[in-house]
Amino acid sequence: MKVTMTVNGKAMSAETEGRTLLSSFLRDGLGLTGTHVGCDTTQCGACVVHVDGKPVKSCTVLAQDVAGAEVRTIEGMANKDGSLSVIQQAFQDHHGLQCGFCTPGMVMSSAALLAENPTPTEAEVRAYLEGNICRCTGYHNIVKAVMAASGQGEQQLAAE
Amino acid sequence: MHNFELVKPSTVQDAVAALAAEGAQALSGGQTLLPSMKQRLAAPDVLVSLTGIAEMRGICLSDRGLAIGGATTHATIATEARAHYPALADQASHIGDPAVRNRGTIGGSLANNDPSACYPSAALASGATIVTNQREIAADDYFQGMFTTALDEGEIITSVIFPIPEKAAYVKFAQPASRFALVGVFVAKYPQGVRVAVTGASEEGVFRWAEAEAALSSNFSATALEGLSVPAEGMIADLHGSKDYRAALVKVLTGRAVTAA
Ligand SMILES: Cc1cc2nc3c(=O)[nH]c(=O)nc-3n(C[C@H](O)[C@H](O)[C@H](O)COP(=O)(O)OP(=O)(O)OC[C@H]3O[C@@H](n4cnc5c(N)ncnc54)[C@H](O)[C@@H]3O)c2cc1C
Ligand code: FES
Ligand code: FES
Repeated sequence: MKVTMTVNGKAMSAETEGRTLLSSFLRDGLGLTGTHVGCDTTQCGACVVHVDGKPVKSCTVLAQDVAGAEVRTIEGMANKDGSLSVIQQAFQDHHGLQCGFCTPGMVMSSAALLAENPTPTEAEVRAYLEGNICRCTGYHNIVKAVMAASGQGEQQLAAE
Repeated sequence: MHNFELVKPSTVQDAVAALAAEGAQALSGGQTLLPSMKQRLAAPDVLVSLTGIAEMRGICLSDRGLAIGGATTHATIATEARAHYPALADQASHIGDPAVRNRGTIGGSLANNDPSACYPSAALASGATIVTNQREIAADDYFQGMFTTALDEGEIITSVIFPIPEKAAYVKFAQPASRFALVGVFVAKYPQGVRVAVTGASEEGVFRWAEAEAALSSNFSATALEGLSVPAEGMIADLHGSKDYRAALVKVLTGRAVTAA
């Protein structure tokens, strides 16, 4: 069955089976491979995208179940002129990534957090990112990046 | 995952009809069912999505309590139940992580009845009513052991009605890897008495701790629990905690819940 969604502002379609996951629809159907699949068991959050404005684990949503939805992926995060968005730039500036595998999900979850709560505390950042697992950074620089992206300085962060 | 056909009805009536097909199963948030299908623990031929049924979503206050649609997400309960039943909203706000809460639903959780799930404790401690497309089931009759409920094949939880307590709290000791409850205790105080429901601990699934209910009904304070103990017999034992550890946690967390209420 052909499924259409608005992905990063554009209507996009691909063929699906009943079992096609949103993550495979995006990656295999549309070639948007920025969304990563780390675990495929709903644990790691590498696959987080926004569906109708809300972060979800795209490996645990059926494409046909969200046909017609507004979807935003990491490919839709940069500014119109191609420069990095505030959150992406903050991840770069604060070394919020090493291998980068978790980063698309981290950025999408962080963007959702800041949309809901523009000036979170460090504890709120850590709680919101509970479902996003990173094997490299030890999280500290990710939290730093999100705090910086929210316009709050490093003084809000506990010492390492 | 084996392939299947997905259907997405927009009314309860159409969903019930679709579920009558051979090999059909309901799909709500999919946060439990899809992972188990990937592991091939379930392989339905037809999945009947409940996410398109508007009448099964949302929260409303009635004279019987807070009625929550079966397909209402944890995230919606966490925000919209806050003003009416803060302990329930608080429980919902600590299920899994934000992405899981944006898909997972109360009906899916209660239908699944995982022995470590959170809502079964709220439903049992509140004396909630599980409303289905066929009937109403009292929480005391609904939970029938690990992953077992009073639901018949193809029966859909359309809503859950929670009588609102004077005071209540849920305290979860989270298993840090899964974020489910290693043990969780929901305490709710009603004019008729106190109800205490425990999840995560027993091999029989969620249960009421009758001795604590009696003690707390005459004295609603953590000190009322002092002389009581929970038998380790029948508790879950796994690599995260022994029977004795879980039994000890039941008492400690009940005390904390009473203090927090
Ligand atoms: C990483 C992670 C962490 C989690 N942490 C927690 C936690 O801390 N506490 C907790 O309680 N849960 C936790 N969960 C489970 C989560 O709450 C699920 O959302 C919930 O258990 C199932 O709800 P669902 O809507 O996703 O149901 P689904 O997965 O869609 O369905 C589950 C079962 O219920 C049936 N079903 C669904 N809806 C209905 C209905 N309305 N009527 C009848 N049958 C129905 C389905 O056929 C299926 O058998 C976690 C899950 C994940 C992935
Ligand atoms: S790939 Fe989806 S949660 Fe890990
Ligand atoms: S940067 Fe490697 S997993 Fe997070």
